[in-house]
Amino acid sequence: MAKMSGAKALTEALKREKVETIFGIIGGALLPIHDVLCDSGIRHILARHEQGAAHAADGYARASGRAGVCMATSGPGATNLVTGLANAYLDSSPVIALTGQVNTYSTNTSYMIGRDAFQEADIIGITTPITKYNCQVKTAAEIPKAVKTTFYIATTGRPGPALIDIPKNTQTAKAEMDFSNNVQIRGYKPNTEPHPLQIKKAVKLLLTAERPMILAGGGVTLSNASPELLQLAELLMMPVATTFMGKSCFPENHPLSMGNIGMHGTQLANKIILEADVLLAVGTRFQDRSTGTLDTFCPDATIIHIDIDAAEIGKNLDVDVPIVADAKVTLKLIHQQLVKKLKKQENTPWVNRVKELKSEMDFGEGDLTSPKLLKELRKILPENAIVATEVGQNQMWAALHFQTYKPRTFISSGGLGTMGFGFPASIGAKVACPSCPVVDIAGDGSFRMTEQELGTSVTEDIPVIVVVLNNSMLGMVAQWQRLFYKGRYAAVKLGSVPDFVKLAQAYGAEGVRVGSLKEFSAAMKKALKTEVTTVIDVPISPEADVFPMVPPGKGLKDTIAGM
Amino acid sequence: MAQEHNHIISTIVENKPGVLYTVSNLFRRRGFNIDNISVGPAEESGLARMTIMVRGDDRTIEQVVKQLNKLIDVIKVTRLDPEHIVTRELALIKVNAPNTKARSDITNYADIFRARVVDVSSESLMMEITGTSEKIDAFIGLMKPFGVKEAARTGITALSRGAKSIKVDE
Repeated sequence: MAKMSGAKALTEALKREKVETIFGIIGGALLPIHDVLCDSGIRHILARHEQGAAHAADGYARASGRAGVCMATSGPGATNLVTGLANAYLDSSPVIALTGQVNTYSTNTSYMIGRDAFQEADIIGITTPITKYNCQVKTAAEIPKAVKTTFYIATTGRPGPALIDIPKNTQTAKAEMDFSNNVQIRGYKPNTEPHPLQIKKAVKLLLTAERPMILAGGGVTLSNASPELLQLAELLMMPVATTFMGKSCFPENHPLSMGNIGMHGTQLANKIILEADVLLAVGTRFQDRSTGTLDTFCPDATIIHIDIDAAEIGKNLDVDVPIVADAKVTLKLIHQQLVKKLKKQENTPWVNRVKELKSEMDFGEGDLTSPKLLKELRKILPENAIVATEVGQNQMWAALHFQTYKPRTFISSGGLGTMGFGFPASIGAKVACPSCPVVDIAGDGSFRMTEQELGTSVTEDIPVIVVVLNNSMLGMVAQWQRLFYKGRYAAVKLGSVPDFVKLAQAYGAEGVRVGSLKEFSAAMKKALKTEVTTVIDVPISPEADVFPMVPPGKGLKDTIAGM
Repeated sequence: MAQEHNHIISTIVENKPGVLYTVSNLFRRRGFNIDNISVGPAEESGLARMTIMVRGDDRTIEQVVKQLNKLIDVIKVTRLDPEHIVTRELALIKVNAPNTKARSDITNYADIFRARVVDVSSESLMMEITGTSEKIDAFIGLMKPFGVKEAARTGITALSRGAKSIKVDE
């Protein structure tokens, strides 16, 4: 076998994992890799900040369902990835980070691990709590196996981010490489098959339920279980509420869709879940933003909880029937067994109740600009368009008022709540799905955090549309100050700088400010047609609130419709 | 609040650098408390056994076990049943012994506890004692009036009784 450099082995191994794109920023400790990468056929997209690269890889992963890869140099490059990895960890996204590192040893300089060398950071130590797996290669020959192992762990079971730290001397050293597919990981055996007894229990409960309901989380999207979910919901005519991370896993124009539950869920979802007698929760971890106070969450329901991660069972909420398995497999099995046993076809009183509630409170709308704008946006965009959001009011308005119809068309930072995520994530999503229009619903506060990726979008010709709901404020915090701190604003006013139209133009993108729904519609249609990166600045009232809302520390029953 | 108890968790982990960090970091990050921990090579080469004593209610311990199981380098996690285990700890204790009376009293206690004198100087005695943590606590308690200069304890190690083992299945 011919010898090969570590850098070459890395690119070969990445190609075997079908990696087509890497988002990253080069640096001293990555020079040998980049020297090989530029001839490898793998596209490297030069980000403007490593956080942007990590979020872009995350957006790529969420839109495509495959691993997204980002790369950064040693030291500050690597530490700049941290927010992106923490974000991916909390939302179970398979982001793979490759980091350069100083040498494992050096005969004549102190440029080596443990000597506080130039641009040395203990990225393994730093990322251990925010990655599913990480490793540092010690020799060039370890690289193929490290890549294989890392991709396998990141993309199977409950997905999550992983990191490979690659010292510079292992990139240049030559070794005989083993690219065999056999990777034995003794401590990692995700279980996808449900226990038959638990399935039996779940089926029995669902058959006798009078008011059954589904709560679908991000796990449904991750296991590509949307068709099975729809099939099961329709079989029993079960209303489906989604968690924030579950948004887009169930078509929101379906009569059984109740929208999101939670702090900024729909009134409909937050009300109906209180009436359910059996709750089938799929791929959710019952996070505080979804459930409100736990003792008043779904008080009368017997709960069936499907999750591939055993540690999620009983972590936040005690459930009656836990099923540790893949959502797709489990929903299919439950459906099969129900079909065999189901006698009555219509669950009439409950179906009527769902209809009644839905007509009463179907996505209550105030007369705010943002909700109207988002509904207008839905009319303009095709079904396959991908919408990413930033974090804050823009995100909650989008979740409430922008309906999604297809899985993986709504990309947002749910767990970590990372401002600045949406724009780079939309760049990643566009790379994954070049034929789909991609729109970032932004607030001015969030967009400021990663706006420099306009450079990436323009120079790499990755056209996305940014809609800035601009209130010159950190709007969600301002809302809390209005509601819970006697309206005393502290540290929330951003002023009206920069001028986002000029900012876009400075980067060579299109910038346009709109003052009415009609102008917005025209600007959006133009941006879709021209396929040029466009920032649409939408000045909105700084006093606008997101409602409905469950006040912090309260239960879903305490949902307030508005002030 | 549910009742808190001491629980002993025995784990088989990959014997490689960083694993102790990963495990201890998990405890810190999730707010679990390690009472004590002992680590050493397991019966199979390449693997290590960590015996961890942790305090908490049943729900917490269940989470500890599940979270440990999620770590890639952790191969097997077992919660040991306190009724069916042997636990041992080893301690080295250095005690002031400036005169013959003190020496003879100390060695008498040591005999009763099956501790061994392992080092002698004109001013002090060092003893080695093995046993349950309670036995070692009691012995150190008895030594206190003489003046304990230093004590080093290994932390608890444990195995379940009988033929059953928590070996790794291939």
